[in-house]
Amino acid sequence: MEAAERQLDAMNHAGYAAGFITDIESDTVPPGVDESVIRFISAKKREPEFMCEWRLQAFRQWLTMTEPTWAHLHYPKIDYQAISYYSAPKSASDGPKSLDEVDPELLRTYEKLGIPLQEQKVLAGVAVDMVFDSVSVATTFRKQLAEAGVIFCSISEAMREYPAMVQQYLGTVVPPDDNYFAALNAAVFTDGTFVYIPPGVRCPMELSTYFRINERNTGQFERTLIIADKGSYVSYLEGCTAPQRDENQLHAAVVELIALEDAEIKYSTVQNWYPGDANGKGGIYNFVTKRGLCAGDRSHISWTQVETGSAITWKYPSCILKGDDAVGEFYSVAVTRGAQQADTGTKMYHIGKNTRSTIVSKGISADRGQNTYRGLVRMNQSAENGRNHTQCDSLLIGDKCGAHTFPYIEVANPTAKVEHEATTSKIGEDQLFYCRQRGLSPEDAVSMIVNGFCKEVFKELPMEFAVEARKLLAISLEGAVG
Amino acid sequence: MLSVKDLHVVVNGKEILTGLNLEIKPGEIHALMGPNGSGKSTLSKVLAGREEYVVTEGSVTYKGQDLLALAPEVRAQQGIFMAFQYPVEIPGVNNTYFLQMALNAIRKARGEAELNSLAFMRLVRDKLKALEMDESLLKRYVNAGFSGGEMKRNEILQMTLLEPSLAILDETDSGLDIDALKIVARGVNTLRSPERAMLVITHYQRLLDYIEPDVVHVLSGGKIVMSGDKSLALELEAKGYGWVQDGLEQAA
Repeated sequence: MEAAERQLDAMNHAGYAAGFITDIESDTVPPGVDESVIRFISAKKREPEFMCEWRLQAFRQWLTMTEPTWAHLHYPKIDYQAISYYSAPKSASDGPKSLDEVDPELLRTYEKLGIPLQEQKVLAGVAVDMVFDSVSVATTFRKQLAEAGVIFCSISEAMREYPAMVQQYLGTVVPPDDNYFAALNAAVFTDGTFVYIPPGVRCPMELSTYFRINERNTGQFERTLIIADKGSYVSYLEGCTAPQRDENQLHAAVVELIALEDAEIKYSTVQNWYPGDANGKGGIYNFVTKRGLCAGDRSHISWTQVETGSAITWKYPSCILKGDDAVGEFYSVAVTRGAQQADTGTKMYHIGKNTRSTIVSKGISADRGQNTYRGLVRMNQSAENGRNHTQCDSLLIGDKCGAHTFPYIEVANPTAKVEHEATTSKIGEDQLFYCRQRGLSPEDAVSMIVNGFCKEVFKELPMEFAVEARKLLAISLEGAVG
Repeated sequence: MLSVKDLHVVVNGKEILTGLNLEIKPGEIHALMGPNGSGKSTLSKVLAGREEYVVTEGSVTYKGQDLLALAPEVRAQQGIFMAFQYPVEIPGVNNTYFLQMALNAIRKARGEAELNSLAFMRLVRDKLKALEMDESLLKRYVNAGFSGGEMKRNEILQMTLLEPSLAILDETDSGLDIDALKIVARGVNTLRSPERAMLVITHYQRLLDYIEPDVVHVLSGGKIVMSGDKSLALELEAKGYGWVQDGLEQAA
């Protein structure tokens, strides 16, 4: 495995391309959380009264809960009182602005990340709701979406403009007391995205949000709520990168999806946060709760994720298949290298009749990376003719990394069928040599082998995201020696 | 084109090649024969650049340069091709894509324009036709689930696409039925040209019924102990490798 190991070495020493810090004055509260901090956040966001109460209840719940320890993850204890829970770029504190008024420094940050807004507008037809630290600073394509009746705005704005809808749906899929991190998020979330697609509307463009964590020691607590009304369709893209840090940064997001009758939601994520250095110093702690409710008959929710960043990933995008004939899908590529650890997977709860779910999980571990797939497929008694197919593949590069699989299957209906396939393979010296003998550099060879391994997941991504994901994998392997 | 001088090679602490000498000129086809364990495959792997094979003594010159100093992909880009005895599976990677990547890597290194998918497909179809092979192998993942015969055909297809200066066939004939054997021979014979050399490593004489070598070498105990024309192969077939061994022992 000599060549493969050298390859890894180079991977680990390759700098983190998105590691720069944007110099902007921030409006930051001192570290720590108590009820006054929560009231401060709620007031700062000019939220309706019910929201403040909702947050405080979540906070009181959180105080009674303990941090989960069941995941296959090792990290130092997080001091929640050392984190600052509110940070907003000052220039944005007067509310959303048009693109021209946006702080040029912010725009440059996104350009460095390869997200030129103007170009995206023209070429990709993607509307971008940027979240810089905690406050949305720019929203594009609002008008075009508004004409279709689509609401796409920051969640703070939604709480002011559409309080009834927020009150009706917020916390219905991920209740505030769902888990430790979800409770903390409910108490202190500062912003996020709200999407509503009216009945029968096919959203005219892919919706996209780029998150970026910028303030030192700032916890990022995003909250996303997407509602697809009857017979509607939306594809939502979430992309993330963060600048380099020495301290660990906590991220505890919550995403709730609701698909009514015949509605379809496709949710795609490319996550490229700072993974920490080769020894695990720095890097993002990513504790995310993502769950979709297929509320109506024939509804369809599809999660696709490409996770290459973060020091710690704790994430299980799930589907509750409540409507009859509902479909849930989970496609995942998780890469761990250096000292990264990922414990990720999905949960498929089959409640309705003839509900179907598909799980395709591809874990890639290199160097000392630890990659865990953790999945639950539950067929309730009511899930007549429920079907699940799970495929769970692990690819190892080098001999110090690890792949772990924890599939849980609970079947309470005798007509339900659950299939599980799992494989583990290694990029071997033989494969590399074969490719090199055909003229390919070791970098190209590894990139080709890894992309081949991930093919089933990448084909689920919207075109521009698939390109980005492939690029991201290639960048991860950049600088390898021949 | 290729000059191997007094080559000593150690694998896992054991000396496998013990002073091998070999000269190959452009346009020549050399057959290298020998019993199991004589070092045939070791030679091919050293020439292709496999790292576990440690050269302790001797030199290899290819087109006037020190071959041993070059990375495997550079050797490939400079025209060395090895048809593997055991080709490797690469699941998820489409065979067509792989062939195109390989060809373009080599074309790029030679300063030639890369071929787009359309031009590439035209080229592949021509090559397949010449080899009387069908297209089914193209759509599958590289060697994944291929039968032994399919793998070898795929190797030959790659060889004809990449048009090497020096092709090394490492026991490509082993385990093949007569039809597959003919495809291999066709591949070699179509590539035969005054600028190109080939080293055909084989255990049996059978392949040489279809490929006419200019020189036949017998490898034994890590060095070439006998060289001759194609009649040597027939003699070996009739008398067995024991005959070579006996002759050596008598000479000693």
